[in-house]
Amino acid sequence: MNSLKDIYSSRKIFFYAIVIIAALILLSRLFALQVLNKSYRVSAQNNVLRYVTQYPARGLIYDRNGKLLVYNQAAYDLMVIPGQTREIDTLELCTILGVDQEFFARRMRAAVQYSEYAPSVFLKMVSSETYARLQEVLYKYPGFYVQVRTLRKYTYPSAAHVLGYVGEVNNEEIKSDPYYRAGDYIGKNGIEKSYELQLRGQKGLKIFLVDVHNRVKGSYQGGRHDTIPVTGSNLVTTLDIDLQRYGEKLMGDKNGSIVALEPSTGEVLALISTPDYDPSLLVGRIRSENYTRLQNDTLEPLFNRALMASYPPGSTFKPVNGLIALQEGIITRNYEYFCDNGYYAPGIHVACHHFASFNMPEAITASCNAYFCNAFRLLIDNPKYGSTAEGLNRWRSYLSEFGFGSKLGIDFTNELAGFVPRPSFYDNIYGENRWRALTIISMGIGQGELGTTPLQMANMTAIIANRGYYMTPHIIKAIDDDTLAVDQSFRQRHEVGVDSSHFEVIVEGMKGVVNGGEDATARWVAIKDIVMCGKTGTAENPHGPDHSIFVAFAPEKNPKIALAVYVENTGFGSTYAAPVASLMIEKYLKGKIENTWLENYILNPPRPQVREEVEEEKEEEIKEEEIDEKN
Amino acid sequence: MTRRINIWAGIDWAVVVIYLLFVLFGWINIYAAVYNEEHSSIFDLSQRYGKQLIWIIAALLIAVTIILIDSRFYIFFSYILYIAVLLSLIAVLLFGKEVNGARSWFEIGSLSLQPAEFTKFVTVLALARYFSGEGRTPASFKNLVFPLVIIFLPALLIALQPDHGSALILFSLVLVLFREGLSPYLFVTGILAAILFIATLLVDSVIIYATIIIAGFIIHLLTGRGARISFGGLGIYLLTGGGAFALIYFITGNAMLEMVFIIALVVSGFIYAYYIYRYKATNVLILLAFLFGSMIFTYSVDYAFNNILLPHQQTRINVVLGIESDPSGAGYNLNQSKISIGSGGFSGKGFLQGTQTKFKFVPEQSTDFIFCTVGEEWGFMGTSLVVILYSILLFRIISLAERQRSAFSRIYGYGLFSILLFHFLINVGMTIGLVPVIGIPLPFFSYGGSSLWGFTILLFIFLRLDASRSEHLV
Repeated sequence: MNSLKDIYSSRKIFFYAIVIIAALILLSRLFALQVLNKSYRVSAQNNVLRYVTQYPARGLIYDRNGKLLVYNQAAYDLMVIPGQTREIDTLELCTILGVDQEFFARRMRAAVQYSEYAPSVFLKMVSSETYARLQEVLYKYPGFYVQVRTLRKYTYPSAAHVLGYVGEVNNEEIKSDPYYRAGDYIGKNGIEKSYELQLRGQKGLKIFLVDVHNRVKGSYQGGRHDTIPVTGSNLVTTLDIDLQRYGEKLMGDKNGSIVALEPSTGEVLALISTPDYDPSLLVGRIRSENYTRLQNDTLEPLFNRALMASYPPGSTFKPVNGLIALQEGIITRNYEYFCDNGYYAPGIHVACHHFASFNMPEAITASCNAYFCNAFRLLIDNPKYGSTAEGLNRWRSYLSEFGFGSKLGIDFTNELAGFVPRPSFYDNIYGENRWRALTIISMGIGQGELGTTPLQMANMTAIIANRGYYMTPHIIKAIDDDTLAVDQSFRQRHEVGVDSSHFEVIVEGMKGVVNGGEDATARWVAIKDIVMCGKTGTAENPHGPDHSIFVAFAPEKNPKIALAVYVENTGFGSTYAAPVASLMIEKYLKGKIENTWLENYILNPPRPQVREEVEEEKEEEIKEEEIDEKN
Repeated sequence: MTRRINIWAGIDWAVVVIYLLFVLFGWINIYAAVYNEEHSSIFDLSQRYGKQLIWIIAALLIAVTIILIDSRFYIFFSYILYIAVLLSLIAVLLFGKEVNGARSWFEIGSLSLQPAEFTKFVTVLALARYFSGEGRTPASFKNLVFPLVIIFLPALLIALQPDHGSALILFSLVLVLFREGLSPYLFVTGILAAILFIATLLVDSVIIYATIIIAGFIIHLLTGRGARISFGGLGIYLLTGGGAFALIYFITGNAMLEMVFIIALVVSGFIYAYYIYRYKATNVLILLAFLFGSMIFTYSVDYAFNNILLPHQQTRINVVLGIESDPSGAGYNLNQSKISIGSGGFSGKGFLQGTQTKFKFVPEQSTDFIFCTVGEEWGFMGTSLVVILYSILLFRIISLAERQRSAFSRIYGYGLFSILLFHFLINVGMTIGLVPVIGIPLPFFSYGGSSLWGFTILLFIFLRLDASRSEHLV
């Protein structure tokens, strides 16, 4: 059996060679894989590290009296990382989530399109019951996890335009601020938008280790790399929610707006734009559906009239023209002008309804068109300016001091500037030096090309109440209880450059509007024990019935509230806007309504044909028909 | 008594030390791979690491027993052991427990035995027994029939389970045949066929045909029958090729290049055959046979791959060859395995610190993919140490085999070498994407009693034969 001679012994070299070559191949491959290539380390981390953003609670919002307006509730987003998903039983997941398979496939495609490796929101705002069921089965679905975040909750179904709403960031917002990731929420309007930086706080990040079944196995390196979310700042608004709600109630189903300011500080007490909506309609999963519905509503409930609607101010603008004329020394308090049922000039007739001579305060009280047309002409065409254009420029510069024609700088992002025409505007229409004061005489009584917002008119009223200055209107009083944290520009006095003695003349006239004699245009809305100064107005509306405007402040001395009320398509200033203004002031100053008759008149308005009769009955002293009011 | 002392002294302790290092390191890595915080003791018998300790203790007892048994026992009982294991392979197909669609296991109480693991040493024993017979050298073809049957029979039975990996491993014993005198032509042809096989799947067959023709031309040029004749032959081929191309293009309107290469070879083959006949040029005949054979082989592989293999089998091969990259599909295991090893870096993440390992991203990590744990937690230092120790072990086995005075012991040694080499190469290779994912364990490392015992028996019979090499010259 022995075979002693072994002639093939030299072939052992071949076997040694195989071992050496094999070892070299394996070693070089291992060296390349482990030492040279660093990408596997990243892959290994991606496998096990789950980055979960910790969303901070958004800041709370209070009213000026410390009443909570906006708070948070927990919501759960189901997230997916497509690269980590496997073949799964979609039916079970769909059943739990209450979605169909088609929806599932669509969301999956969208997620893959966004990124294979970054999480995207699979289903937003899952209910807490669904969340509980999901928790039990989630281990079966690698790549899926739940992210907790907060939703806005509102104490009152009010102040939607002030508070604004929160929505998912869009592409531009992500691009402009790297803080945001797809699916994050951002303030889209109102305070939520203008104070986004303060409200949002700071997101935190938790890094978890997960196993192959996507089960969380603990925090990465004991949480050393985690960051804690910082809760957003709480905001105290200047809003008086009781006044705000009362105003909304008074406006009822009327379109229009109310802006109420505290004259001495510029704080916004109420900012109402109707029609409005319940802010909780724009929260959670119902948001997009409701948003579309609101956006398609022809009454434009999303449109904030208080800041964005530009109307001709009408007669409420007469005090400003009066002030400018007084300051420029064109006329004096006692300058009289005779109203012969209107203003007559070559080729021009402006209707009015008096047959009497008025001085300045009386003209304000009676809202005499003739008086202010005359004053405007004397001002604009005054030879001391050299030309009509220079006269208009002079007038414009006063208006700009009053805050017209430019944004006031309120802490909202959607404020409108309004419109005050420049001379060049008329040059384009009529040609250079081809127009005179008479050409643009309607601006003397606040009509024509002039465009102002309810906010600007409220601010004008505050200027009159302050006798010559204003503080920039603002909505935020304190951030995290720190009043100094608010923009310091809100504490600066803006003098308008008109002597305070001239203001007393105008105040006297406005006091007469409510408390004066037979020419007073809004006597029937006077408040017992409170001296309210006001001015009626009618904004001409080429598209339908005119808009009723009333501006007012009270009390006369040391005023606490100044406001502008606009009620669209209800005709003259005194019919609707004046009683609303009166009730608002009474509510704010007395805390309750004693004039329940007036309140009832507004809340349950008589049919239009009998309205005027009712007013006449109430205001027997007023012989003039309310038609005069248009002036 | 004196004889027994001699036996212990004759044991090659270097191999034993490496064996013990492997088993110990393997055990530690199994502990890391299946680590469970609720059962953190490495001796916890409810866990795989606890069980592996039992298998290790049993393996050591088996090793001692093997050393104590007279070496002649293995020689005389080699065929009987082989037949016994064959019968058990048949039995497992009939009575085995089905796990993951394969009947590979006997279940005896709580103990599971995998007969395929014991097939290796009996097949090696049987081969050694056959070729240790007088005049039985693989150099002659008639002596190849019986050994090939010895290899094929168990391979077939194992493939039926099915366990392709373990079946394939037995063919590594062809190396033994080469050592014992198998014709180098046959051997080289086999290796060439393997290379051509992979090349066919990797690159376009037209490129392979062109390469084959150019190789044939260069070989002819080097054999020194004259450059004139070499270029003449190539010219004839190009001419017939050009003609075939023109004809095919004229008839079908398509440039069927594969057909052009084959037709050109067939047509010009007649001219070459005349030349061979005229000048009795046998080496040119061999070259011509090589050209034909290669082309036909390439064509067959191409055809078989596309028409015979099932899609999932194609995918598996494609993934290995790097043709297909599909991280969540068939390549998932490979991808996670590479991530594990790659993320280990130079020095590793540290014992029990491997996130891939700890969170079970690699399937079968305590068995077939145990090398991933080594790679992730011990880094390149760990993996290169294992590779180097394996190389040392394989070197040692060669030199031990070469010092045997009996053919039986030498052949057995080379059988052991071949089986270990292939297990090591394929197992490590598959975890790093060098070879297909063939499910075979890493000897001495992977979890499992049968595997550990099978390799222990395989190794220690050789050590026992070596220890008594001077005793008798079987």
